Amino acid sequence: MISAALVMLMVPAVGLFYGGMVRKKNVISTIMLSFAILALISIQWVLYGYSLAFGPDRGGIIGGLEWAGLLNVGQEPSSIYATSIPHFTFMIFQAMFAVIAVALITGAFVERIKFSAFLLFSLLWATFVYDPIAHWVWGAGGWLAKLGALDFAGGTVVHISSGVSALAFVLVIGARKGFGKVPMESHDVPMAVIGAVLLWFGWFGFNAGSALAANGVAASAFVVTNTAAAAAALTWMVLSWINRKPSVLGIATGAIAGLAAITPASGFVSPLAAIAIGVGAGIICYSALLLKAKLGIDESLDVWGVHGMGGTWGTIAIGIFASTLVNTAGSNGLIYGNPSQLVVQTVAVAVVWVYSFVVTFALAKILDATIGLRVGAEEEEVGLDISQHGERAYS
Amino acid sequence: MKKIEAIIREEKFGEVKDALEKIGVVGLNISEVKGRGRQKGIRLQWRATSYVVDMLPKVKLNAVVRDEDAERAIDAIVKSAKTGRNSGDGMIFIMPVEEVVRVRTGERGKDAI
Repeated sequence: MISAALVMLMVPAVGLFYGGMVRKKNVISTIMLSFAILALISIQWVLYGYSLAFGPDRGGIIGGLEWAGLLNVGQEPSSIYATSIPHFTFMIFQAMFAVIAVALITGAFVERIKFSAFLLFSLLWATFVYDPIAHWVWGAGGWLAKLGALDFAGGTVVHISSGVSALAFVLVIGARKGFGKVPMESHDVPMAVIGAVLLWFGWFGFNAGSALAANGVAASAFVVTNTAAAAAALTWMVLSWINRKPSVLGIATGAIAGLAAITPASGFVSPLAAIAIGVGAGIICYSALLLKAKLGIDESLDVWGVHGMGGTWGTIAIGIFASTLVNTAGSNGLIYGNPSQLVVQTVAVAVVWVYSFVVTFALAKILDATIGLRVGAEEEEVGLDISQHGERAYS
Repeated sequence: MKKIEAIIREEKFGEVKDALEKIGVVGLNISEVKGRGRQKGIRLQWRATSYVVDMLPKVKLNAVVRDEDAERAIDAIVKSAKTGRNSGDGMIFIMPVEEVVRVRTGERGKDAI
């Protein structure tokens, strides 16, 4: 339950992280997106989301609705999931994962999204993208789980799904007005750094909590989480230093990249492997940002570059570094003489990439053609704080 | 009477103020402004990329002096605001002033300064 509360803190932390990086006229809007998601998806999860993701299996594809409204979910431990803790505890912990996944995507379309379209999209995305993928990977009977794909705390389910969806979404909504012509300066870097630090803090609940018990695996996950974040932060700092100067937004972004990468692997790898994963995450995500800049895509706050690519690297890294010495419920990776795990991990990555991209692209296209995804040009220029919410952050 | 409007580096304001005070120019006001000159802008970084900020923060200083004090004031500002760097030290504009009135006493012209 404490872990669930820690993950809950990550949701407004995403709001602060993103809010600091947007322009002054859009900070309320950006923070509001995360807050609204916390409220909306919490309800969705109780009503039917949890049941779709974790309810009794239907052909490995989706959960049945037997647990809708949390019917048949109670204070007693579940016989299938986390059998040592109350079923409610498992359910609410998972609720926060669903919330954070949707909140992460908001970084892609800040400063131009129409609020009503955003709410509808979030609800549809949670229902048609997150819930099925969560079932495939974590649900009892899910087909990727049966295949042997490992994802300790959400590299595929949370980070690849949200990161790749972010990319698909911006290909539909398009760039911010003036993108590439006028500087889109972060209006409050300290706010972004506070957000990043709170994310790092909450991430201990995210990863260590995914052991679903206060045991050795939880402790190991805690250690590798911190180690990978630190390694990636240092890597990014050095990269920014080589190019210009050691950047604080850079070191913070690096930490998030490292956290995203270690997420799927956190229950299966050793601390030294975590350093390798962290350094890899720093280099891969930094390169992804450079590539994105070269392509001129306005995926505004790098959800794809940091979470999508970080999650991809981490999920594949399981196939390289995983060891049953760390977790007997896990598997051995390439360097422990089991190349087949690498194949399974790559398949899981490919499946989640394709599914997230295709479904999100379709959802965004449909919404764009019906209610419209963007605010009007004038509203965008004035800023979403005033045009969408009738408030301003600083008077 | 002349009005001296000087755009200077923010960090140089303290020295300029002291230099003016030494030659008897005490009354002045300032505002924080943003602008550009030949310096054009500086490049800042954002995650893996960078961008140019071309409107840089400066201090705009206003002071009204007697005609005979103008050259000395200009001299004092130039000496105290100069850094020797390639660009960005600012500009000074001099304008004639038609009339000056001190609100408290109603004094006018040179006596009011």
